[in-house]
Amino acid sequence: MTDAARDDREILIRVRGLRNGFGEQIVHDDLDLDVRRGEILGVVGGSGTGKSVLMRSIIGLQTPLDGTVEVFGENTIGREETEAVNIRKRWGILFQGGALFSTLTVSENVQVPLKEFYPGIDQALLEEIAAYKVVMTGLPPEAGPKYPAELSGGMKKRAGLARALALDPELLFLDEPTAGLDPIGAAAFDELTASLSKTLGLTVFLITHDLDTLYAICDRVAVLADKRVIAVGTIPELLALDHPWIQEYFNGPRGRAAVAGPNRPVHEDKRG
Amino acid sequence: MRAPADFERSDDNGEAVLRFSGNLSLACLGDLPARLETVEGDVARLDLREVGRMDTVGAWVVHRFARDRGATIEGLGADEQHLLEQVIAAEHPIQLPPPPPGSVTRALSEIGGAVINSGKTLYGLLGFMGATVLALWHVITHPRRFRFNATVQRFEVVGVGALGIIALMSFLIGIVIAQQGSVQLRQFGAEIYTINLLGRLTLRELGILMTAIMIAGRSGSAFAAQIGTMKLTEEIDAMRTIGVSPMEALVLPRVLAVVFMLPLLGFYSSIISILGGGLLCWVDLGITPVTFIQRIREVVPLTDLWVGLVKAPVFGAIIAMAGCFHGMQVEGDAEQVGQRTTTAVVQAIFLVIVLDAFFAVFFTNVGWT
Repeated sequence: MTDAARDDREILIRVRGLRNGFGEQIVHDDLDLDVRRGEILGVVGGSGTGKSVLMRSIIGLQTPLDGTVEVFGENTIGREETEAVNIRKRWGILFQGGALFSTLTVSENVQVPLKEFYPGIDQALLEEIAAYKVVMTGLPPEAGPKYPAELSGGMKKRAGLARALALDPELLFLDEPTAGLDPIGAAAFDELTASLSKTLGLTVFLITHDLDTLYAICDRVAVLADKRVIAVGTIPELLALDHPWIQEYFNGPRGRAAVAGPNRPVHEDKRG
Repeated sequence: MRAPADFERSDDNGEAVLRFSGNLSLACLGDLPARLETVEGDVARLDLREVGRMDTVGAWVVHRFARDRGATIEGLGADEQHLLEQVIAAEHPIQLPPPPPGSVTRALSEIGGAVINSGKTLYGLLGFMGATVLALWHVITHPRRFRFNATVQRFEVVGVGALGIIALMSFLIGIVIAQQGSVQLRQFGAEIYTINLLGRLTLRELGILMTAIMIAGRSGSAFAAQIGTMKLTEEIDAMRTIGVSPMEALVLPRVLAVVFMLPLLGFYSSIISILGGGLLCWVDLGITPVTFIQRIREVVPLTDLWVGLVKAPVFGAIIAMAGCFHGMQVEGDAEQVGQRTTTAVVQAIFLVIVLDAFFAVFFTNVGWT
């Protein structure tokens, strides 16, 4: 394999010159971003800087005004539905509110992608897969037959993660996974993400406001501001930059608390 | 890269060993689970040395087989071992749902459930009417709490917005009544009585009834869906905590709008129906507009108009309260909004027709025939 081809494989998501807007308002302008295989990339930015819009453009829910998005080396914009299926099999997405199908139980929710993409699996195996996925994401086994309306916000998120992981994807998109969770639950969620990323070789695109998450599990952090990604790098690299928003973000009272926080072991594990 | 999962059986010192190869991942699994089930006899070891990529589904399939046959798994790398341990740690017995009851039991329990449900709904609706009246009284005694703008806005949405569709509907109904009536009455040479039929029927019954059904479908459903969605997004709770009473801010303007608009729309509908019927009389029966109007004034007593107008506010109150009540009952998920909206419309139309029957008997008995 040539060096150029290997480089292509290293980068799982390649965004170039992305331009997004709603009417008069431009959200992204000439935005570039690379996500490498196997890394956990945190995406941060103030409210309204278009973090979720960026995710939606990458997964094809939002058609950008301009620019290219490649996932697994293939263009995702304006593709035929039949071609897009092969990419969709390889990623999982956790939406902000969980986005569970409200008429299905948690276990059935997890089975939906399995049934859709692999109709050959027999029902008993489906049930078993759903059962261990549900427990793997930290839900009690009794949650399987429950409906989303009977779950708390944090449980919905875990159920959403179970559905996102149903296909054992290579690439996982998480939109604010720890928002609304209690600190213990959030730390457990971080640990879960890190360990899944390690064992499954998962690449994670993680939108978050949670500084603890950034410190604990992210390999690199992309900062969204001024309608583009102004910097990508490890947190020490970002701290060395002289951008007011980045400085304020990481050196504000919450940023300093996160550095001193108890979440370091996971972080050090990953690096060591 | 994408080698399908496979296994072959071999004997190693008298022990059966399954040697797996390829990728034990969901995309490459194929019929492997089914084929594993057909393996007969004891299997001592599962050798995964040749396996490429393994994911949790693959790990689960292997683990399930090893568990059921008492085999040991070997040849795993550190990551795969970790993955397998995680899957095993997440294992737990699946609770199967209880078997469905027999069809007779189910039919009986469904009927019983429906009866209890209707009873509860009717009781709830009655309570809701009381709450609405209390809110109205509260607003009357504290006039500054009355939401004038919200009410006027509802007037426009419920009343003015419906003018077009009600005109179209009424015009066509007027034509149909006159046409069908004239065909039947012609057999007795009594075509002129088409005017009696048209005038009395529309003013007394159909104008109001058809308008009520249209408004139930148009506004009652909207009320249920709006309030139901607000309930889901916790807007109603937010209102309560700020000290705004949802009964005063949401329910009362809607109820008042329909109560005031339905008589007006009903009267408007009757007039348009008569116009439609009159047009048919002119074209089909050769009755000129002047004769038609004179005849209408002679044969339709004023009491018919009153009968229609007395019923309208009552129907309006029922429609609006059914809509708002079911909206307020929404809990949980989006499906409930749909269910409640349907129930609101069905119940409103049903109650309107039942009440209409009572009114018909009542007005006949008091001599307004």
